[in-house]
Amino acid sequence: MKEKLQNAAAFIRKRAIRFGKAVKKFFTDIFGSDSGYISRKTEKEISDYNRKEIKRLEKEKRRKLSPEDYRTEMQNPDNIAEFDDLKTYFYTDRGTVKAVDGVSFSIPKGVTVGIVGESGCGKSVTAMSLMRLIQGPLGQITGGEIRFAGRDGYTYDMVKIPTKDLYRIRGKEIAMIFQEPMTSLNPVFTIGNQIDEVLITHLDMNKHEARKRSIELLTQVGIPMPEQICDRYPHELSGGMRQRVMITIALACQPRLIIADEPTTALDVTIQAQILDLLRRIKTQFDGSIMLITHDLGVIAEMAEFVVLMYAGKIIETGTVDEIFYNPLHPYTIGLQRSKPVIDSGKERLYSIPGNVPNPINMPPYCYFYDRCRFRTPECKKGYPPFVQLTETHGTACWLHQRSADADYENAGTFTTDAATTDTVNTNTANMPNGGENF
Amino acid sequence: MSDKIILEVKNLKKYFVMKKDLLGRPKKVLKAVDDISFTLKEGETIGIVGESGCGKTTMGRSVLRLNDITGGEVVFNGETVADIPARKLRKLRTEMQIIFQDPYSSLPPRMSVGQIIGEAVKVHKIVPIEELRAYVLDIMGKCGLQPHYYDRFPHEFSGGQRQRICIARALAVRPKLVVCDEPVSALDVSIQANIINLLEDLRDEMKLSYIFISHDLSVIYHVSDKIGVMYLGNLVELASKDDLFDNPLSPYTRTLFSAVPAPDPRKKMSRIILTGDIPSPANPPHGCKFHNRCPECMQICKMIRPEFYEAAPNHFVACHCYYRHYELHPYEPVSVPPSTLYVKSRKQG
Ligand SMILES: Nc1ncnc2c1ncn2[C@@H]1O[C@H](COP(=O)(O)OP(=O)(O)OP(=O)(O)O)[C@@H](O)[C@H]1O
Ligand code: SF4
Ligand code: SF4
Ligand SMILES: [Mg+2]
Repeated sequence: MKEKLQNAAAFIRKRAIRFGKAVKKFFTDIFGSDSGYISRKTEKEISDYNRKEIKRLEKEKRRKLSPEDYRTEMQNPDNIAEFDDLKTYFYTDRGTVKAVDGVSFSIPKGVTVGIVGESGCGKSVTAMSLMRLIQGPLGQITGGEIRFAGRDGYTYDMVKIPTKDLYRIRGKEIAMIFQEPMTSLNPVFTIGNQIDEVLITHLDMNKHEARKRSIELLTQVGIPMPEQICDRYPHELSGGMRQRVMITIALACQPRLIIADEPTTALDVTIQAQILDLLRRIKTQFDGSIMLITHDLGVIAEMAEFVVLMYAGKIIETGTVDEIFYNPLHPYTIGLQRSKPVIDSGKERLYSIPGNVPNPINMPPYCYFYDRCRFRTPECKKGYPPFVQLTETHGTACWLHQRSADADYENAGTFTTDAATTDTVNTNTANMPNGGENF
Repeated sequence: MSDKIILEVKNLKKYFVMKKDLLGRPKKVLKAVDDISFTLKEGETIGIVGESGCGKTTMGRSVLRLNDITGGEVVFNGETVADIPARKLRKLRTEMQIIFQDPYSSLPPRMSVGQIIGEAVKVHKIVPIEELRAYVLDIMGKCGLQPHYYDRFPHEFSGGQRQRICIARALAVRPKLVVCDEPVSALDVSIQANIINLLEDLRDEMKLSYIFISHDLSVIYHVSDKIGVMYLGNLVELASKDDLFDNPLSPYTRTLFSAVPAPDPRKKMSRIILTGDIPSPANPPHGCKFHNRCPECMQICKMIRPEFYEAAPNHFVACHCYYRHYELHPYEPVSVPPSTLYVKSRKQG
């Protein structure tokens, strides 16, 4: 009898397990992989958490601020903008996307700073945070400071700046050029009207002066027959022309900083060459800084003086363009450079970085590049690597260099960075645990 | 690479009718592909590079007979594609495959990976039905897809993996020729190298020939044995990779090379910067289609379209700069209406 009962219990248990598996498979089939499926309970937890956080942050935003709160001091008076531990999160239904998570770098006066990284790494969000164009209420700047040296001599914290001052700076002292100019040009107004409008509102010109200046500016950016172009609508122009018009609008108020977000990605190479040349030319004219966002290392090598590399919402390396290209420190930087096919390089096999960018919602508590890294050690799992500054300009967030920096500190002067990294990269991915397959 | 010629494209033309007059006769045509010729050997890769709207994709589709052609001939494996009867077309379809740019929209969402890859295999009876699963798993292995993906669905995969599924699907029917239409352009930089390596490995392993279409010159340089440069529906230059890069003849090719930014900050190139935009393919300039942007434009370029001819052994170019070769290739006037000749020359004078 007892035996029978035991048998029955075992049978039921087995069935139950099988049933559970079937249910799980059912959900997996419908909702995709296990990680993609969110139970009702988690969903509710997420939305409760989001609501609470957003409420708190919005309340914070509405607080009345006195000038002491939003005016600060530049750390270095030679900089035009300084990002200090910026955090911009999106509270989505699936969880918090830490699009920008503790980003610090600065843009010196009269210099082009390139921001590089793959899609979704937070390049655009960084720029949007400076312009305060993050889409609320889901998107929120949750921490950090963005200092901007205004033309009036004060330094503003762009995170806290009141709307009145923001409007004075945005578009006038900081201008932006987007990848697809069509989205930021108004389709129902002529090109001339749109440029005039900027001049009239920001610079208090009258209609006549504005038109005259518009034509001058259009000539400057190399648009043939500017008088006629003034009467055209955006959709009548080619992509390259539209981008020139965007640059004209950006230049109209002689900004101190131009943010160019993938300005040439949508263009053909010969047109890209024209626009890059134009950007370089205008930079010497308006004597300001450019923050150039791109995924193309070629564009960076050509345009930028300083480079900031981002990966999954964090900065992994910064340095001068020479340091980044000739002495890359972070395994991701090295991999990125080796994986790009280059003309004149002979026919060698491309190096390929295995794996994928990790899921932006559940980042691991250690180095985000760990799963794809050739140089990882068990030590890399001990936490997210701190950012180490190896020279005045060159720094990286990687345990490898943390160690060598420590060693350097102990026996001063024997520090070498490149030997450990660059020489061994070109072998294949066979020694990855998954054979480099899983991406 | 063997010496067997697998594909021969002769004077291929594909025009699209933009406007019709009252009687339904074409009033305005867009010459998307205008007289293109090249040959491709077994195991060889021809790279087709050009800017947007130059007709790369239309060319690829016309070769595969995915759209009907206006003129010219495509000879595949000794057979003229246009002459192949409909019932044999199915076999042809398996021998010529295409991989698209966008791995997101080109996979059916409701089929599992195994079904997607196995479907055409089943239809065309490539292997007996009881061996299907093993066969598909084998192909998946070759394309770097793990066996347990067999029952998963496309939306569970990242862009790079989806492109692998597309590649596996194309290769499962044992093609001889694969048209790769911008296969890596939609992928992240770090994923591109993976796919390029995979395509190269499979080519060597399965003796495939590729027509590799891309706007990215460095990718084309990396994968191709020979390269064709297109501009507004025409091939302007065609040569082996080394010939083309060591000695680019057409001014357009030279501009294209110099426009690519090199990922090396110390390399300062003397860049040729073109003036003007790419003209609309519906309304290309008279004479040489490149003349309004060409840094070396001559009077004759505005009047007469240069022929595509062999300026050096196996190095074809369409440009008046290599004029002396006309002695070898007696010149026949192309169809430029005399009135335009007259007007143009008068304007100049
Ligand atoms: N409005 C939004 N709602 C939710 N998530 C967002 C939103 N905008 C951006 N994100 C997320 O923030 C992260 C960073 O996005 P961002 O646009 O800055 O990337 P990027 O580096 O500019 O990429 P790309 O090269 O594709 O332009 C991504 O994971 C993205 O999905
Ligand atoms: S910390 Fe470790 S895992 Fe991360 S990039 Fe450096 S070596 Fe690789
Ligand atoms: S034919 Fe004339 S316009 Fe055309 S590419 Fe040659 S030189 Fe330039
Ligand atoms: Mg972006």
